[in-house]
Order: sequence, then structure tokens, then C-alpha cells
Amino acid sequence: MKNIVKQFAVPLVILLIFVGLAFWVPDTARNSATIFWNYLKEMILIIPPVFVLMGLMEVWVPKNKIQEWLGRGSGLKGAIIAFSLGTLPTGSLYVAFPIAASLIDKGASITNIVLFLGSWAALKVPQLLVEIQFMGLAFAAWRFVLTLGALTIMGLIIQRIIGTKKKEA
Amino acid sequence: MITIITIYGILAIALVFSLIKSREKTKKAFVVGGKALLKTAPSILSVLGVIGITLGILSPQTIQKLIGAGTGFAGTLIAAVIGAVTLIPSLVAFPLAGSLLRTGASVVTVSAFITTLVMVGIVTSPMEIKALGKKFTLLRNGLGFVFALLIALIMEAVL
Repeated sequence: MKNIVKQFAVPLVILLIFVGLAFWVPDTARNSATIFWNYLKEMILIIPPVFVLMGLMEVWVPKNKIQEWLGRGSGLKGAIIAFSLGTLPTGSLYVAFPIAASLIDKGASITNIVLFLGSWAALKVPQLLVEIQFMGLAFAAWRFVLTLGALTIMGLIIQRIIGTKKKEA
Repeated sequence: MITIITIYGILAIALVFSLIKSREKTKKAFVVGGKALLKTAPSILSVLGVIGITLGILSPQTIQKLIGAGTGFAGTLIAAVIGAVTLIPSLVAFPLAGSLLRTGASVVTVSAFITTLVMVGIVTSPMEIKALGKKFTLLRNGLGFVFALLIALIMEAVL
């Protein structure tokens, strides 16, 4: 119970602000409520299928398999695998850090790791669908291409600086 | 609308395959997805609330004045820093960014915010340092920030 209250603390504060607005500036409150409601309607349509897709990926793509593919892969093939694995809808970034660490131990290149982490955070497929909905196809497509390019360059630079040396404390 | 059809289309195909292969695992996928959704629900509600309040109080003209094309690089830099520091799930950030864009924020500022949000993680950096080392984390996030600004500038030029 306490947990639930804690989890919903921020929405509750926002609700209080809404109530305050309704008292002081009813017009603004009505405006805000309409905007909130319009966005909520859109999110209710989009969000549930996105999460079911994430669930399906979580269930069907075992994490140790990911390590296997990437650990062996090198060169362009490894980079492509690293990038595509990152785009799969699988959990948040802190899940990716330990996977990335064990991949380095298994011999994956730094470039691949940067690509893997980067696409994991920035280029997930379900997120892209939401991005297209709210930002438009042109915006999403350009961001995708530019981010992929930037990640590749970053990966090569970081590889150059760090080399294949393992992590240092 | 097309996006919504696409999402449900992909989901339908994935579900058919999943159901053919294993009923059990499909059920589990729903449980996993549902749990993740419940965990994200408060932040989704919060961000939508903040959008409502912000857009209710600030007129499009005010937003334009704050982060519109006229504010130059300072506004963009601030947006980039906010994106780098905060930890908003990007799923939730897109409606916010989209609404800012529609009410007059400049493309360069909105893309700087989104790109640093997904490429740079100050909040997650302790975890990243633990797993991958200090040097790697510093380089990845530092370069990420610089490249995010570059991406934003290019997007402004092409869109």
C-alpha cells in the first residue's frame, strides 16, 4: 500500500496542481484538462500493444543467446548483429550494461558495444513507432539515420582510444 | 492513425506466431508486458499531466519565446542538458516533444532534447561505470552529448 502511494506520488502532486488551478484559474484548468485528456486517449491506444510486444520479445529472445551471437560476431557482421539486437524491444538500459560487460569479456569489440548500447537506448523499434506517431515520419527517419551514423563514428573513436583493453576499475 | 494500425498489425502477426509455438509463453509475455506497463504507468500519467499544465498555462507565443527559433543556441543547449540529466522513458518523452514542436519550439531544440535523452544518461552513469569502466562511460556519454548537438543541428537544416 505504502509502495503504491510512493509510486503514484508524482501523479498525485500533479492532480493537486490541477485542483489548485481549477480554483484559481478555472479557464486554464479546463484548457489543461482537455489537453491532458486528448493525449491520454492517444496513449491508451498506443501504449498497451507496445508493452505486449516488449513482453513477447522478453519471452522469446533469451538473454544468453544475445551474448552468444554477439560474442562471436566481429567486423561488419558483428556490428549489424549488435545494432539489430539493440533495436529489439527488451527492457531498459540498465539491463544492457551487465550484458555489455560480459560481451566485452567474451571478446566483443568496443565499437560493437557502443553500437549495442546506443541502439538499445535510442533506436528501439516500438519506440520508433511511438515517435512516428507524435513527431512525424520525417523526424523519426532522420533521427534514426543520423543517430546510427553518430553511433558508428563514436564506436570507432572510442575503440581507438580505449583499444581492446578490458574495463578499468 | 497509420502508426496505430502498424503497431496493432505487427502485434497481431507476432501474436499468431507466438500462439502457434507456445500458448504458455504467450501468456507469460502478456504478464511480463502488463507488469512493465504498470511500472511505467505513473510516469506516463505524470508526463501527460505536466504537458497539460504547461500547455494550459503557457501560450504558444510564450513557448516560442522560450525555446523557439529566436532563442538561438542557448535554448538548444539548455534543452540538451535537460535531456542528458533527466531520465524520462523516451516512450513518454515523444508526446511531450511533439507537443512542444507543434506549439512553436524549434526543431533544433526539440531534437537536441530527444537525442541527449536517449544517448546520454547522467543518472544511469554510476551503473555504467560499474559495468564498463570509468573511461568508457565518460567517452560514451561525452561524445554522445557532442554528437547529439550535431544531430540536432543537421535535423534543423533538413526538416
